[in-house]
Amino acid sequence: MAAVASTIAVQSRVRPKSVLSKRLRRAREAVIYLSLFSCAIVSVITTFAIVFTLIAESLSFFEEVSLVEFLTGTQWTPLFTIQHFGVLPLLGATMLISVLAMLVAVPLGLLAAIYLSEYAPSGLRAVVKPVLEVLAGIPTVVYGYFALTFLTPNVLRGLFTDIAPFNALAASIAMGIMILPLVSSLSEDAMRAVPQSLREGAYGLGANRFEVATRVVVPAALSGIVAASILAMSRAVGETMIVAIAAGNQPNLSWNPLEGMQAMTAYIVQVSLGDTPRGSVEYDTIFAVGILLFAVTLLLNIGAQWFLSRFREEYE
Amino acid sequence: MIAGAAMRRRLRVRRGAGGIFVTLCFAATLAGIVALAVLLITVAADGVQRLSWEFINSYPSRRPEDAGIKVALYGTLWLMAFTGAFAVPLGIGAAVYLEEFATRNWLTRIIETNINNLAGVPSIVYGILGLAIFVRYLDLGRSLLAGSLTMALLILPIIIVASREGLRAVPPSIREGSLALGATRWQTVRFQVLPAALPSMMTGVILALSRAIGETAPLIMMGALLFISYTPDSPFDRFTVLPIQIFNWVSRPQHEFKENAAAGIIVLLIVLLSMNAVAVLLRTWFEGRRKW
Repeated sequence: MAAVASTIAVQSRVRPKSVLSKRLRRAREAVIYLSLFSCAIVSVITTFAIVFTLIAESLSFFEEVSLVEFLTGTQWTPLFTIQHFGVLPLLGATMLISVLAMLVAVPLGLLAAIYLSEYAPSGLRAVVKPVLEVLAGIPTVVYGYFALTFLTPNVLRGLFTDIAPFNALAASIAMGIMILPLVSSLSEDAMRAVPQSLREGAYGLGANRFEVATRVVVPAALSGIVAASILAMSRAVGETMIVAIAAGNQPNLSWNPLEGMQAMTAYIVQVSLGDTPRGSVEYDTIFAVGILLFAVTLLLNIGAQWFLSRFREEYE
Repeated sequence: MIAGAAMRRRLRVRRGAGGIFVTLCFAATLAGIVALAVLLITVAADGVQRLSWEFINSYPSRRPEDAGIKVALYGTLWLMAFTGAFAVPLGIGAAVYLEEFATRNWLTRIIETNINNLAGVPSIVYGILGLAIFVRYLDLGRSLLAGSLTMALLILPIIIVASREGLRAVPPSIREGSLALGATRWQTVRFQVLPAALPSMMTGVILALSRAIGETAPLIMMGALLFISYTPDSPFDRFTVLPIQIFNWVSRPQHEFKENAAAGIIVLLIVLLSMNAVAVLLRTWFEGRRKW
């Protein structure tokens, strides 16, 4: 009797509380859901803010300078008395340096990825992979220092006697070293995703390791490898400190990497450091160059994603 | 028999090609490691004689032999603290939302695509954003606060991606067990999933913060490159950070300043490498203890 009574007493004490706490709990869940959702939406707001800022700030520039003149002009002298606003020298420098960096990073990165994925014993791989990834973690200002004070005077001057103290080549090589782990890491992931059965099939037909690696694994992982390279290119285009330190600050439309030239990002840094009055056309150039930079990297990133989805080989 | 000889010859060629190829691949792998070694040795050789307690504890100066990194080091530590305070809760919140709460619909897909694209935006573009929004529109000036907010946005995608990976590694059975006992979604996340995912999330957070410490370009855009002779006392003070101090010294023609830059780089790399080491240790420790 007493036990039943106490059970009822407990229930009557608990029931209203549990009803209340159920409602409270539901309200709390809703509040938490909303706050987590707003955390996630911050990234969308950031994108809108970036696009909005770039467009809004560069509008006043494009009121003064036509888009055609900006994109096709071959002279860039906004900070001089006679102003020209042709962005091609900056764009050309950025592209030349990025392409040369790719020439360093893609062959080396691809071969390293093949070695790590197809040849290296797992113990060696466990050591080498993190060491290579350290390269990606080194601040870019350090690569700039390396290009300016080591690569140019100690290495390149010996090969090319007429190389300028600030030159595109040193910046490209340093940048190539920087994006090497990006290429090798992502390519290796793509190769390791190729199912083992494909390799075994090729071995069964009498292929050796070299043939399996180059004729089976690399073609099967090609979409991942190409996407990795495009992403690396995009990183190179957007990279700032290496070119600002080592490539020079002279707008120079040239194909000669031994000369100094100013990349788009280096120009933005130059204006930010100077005393160009805010609100002037000269100052607004950084937003025009910024929006072009954003557009180029966005196109490359979208290209990489498109390549991945379009040419992905699905197995299993 | 003739066919046999031809086949043996062909086999020799194929083996030879394979041998050359693996040597090439090995050399390419080695090239990256050699580049890293050369870079570290160069910097160490240039800067080590400049490195001293005085160098770390001195204010900047126009005379290279008196100049030090105290202000920049303080700036870096402050910036890291504030950036982490903004970015870590936001990033983990977003990751928890996407992994544990969001339904698969168009909005979720937009958020995910968007995070992927944000990770590819050049850092200097974040500088333009910070300059326009935080420095000017919100009128925070060229302060530590404006710099940290910009850096927080910059590393947010990295934190989100790393945290999502950590959450995804927690097996669904843990969630199902908790839900079956009557816990709400949030209780499940709070008491089961987050504790289980925390170590691997911390690894991602540390790596993201080390990215913020090494980043220079956005802060230059926002005008942090200054000759500052005092350490910041509040989030509204102006500031400079180690990479900017290094950039400042590298851009000067005098050789002595280059030595200062190299010494600054050594300090920066020691900070970064010890953070990376902590991250790697956390990961191995976690993988050793994992019960599932």
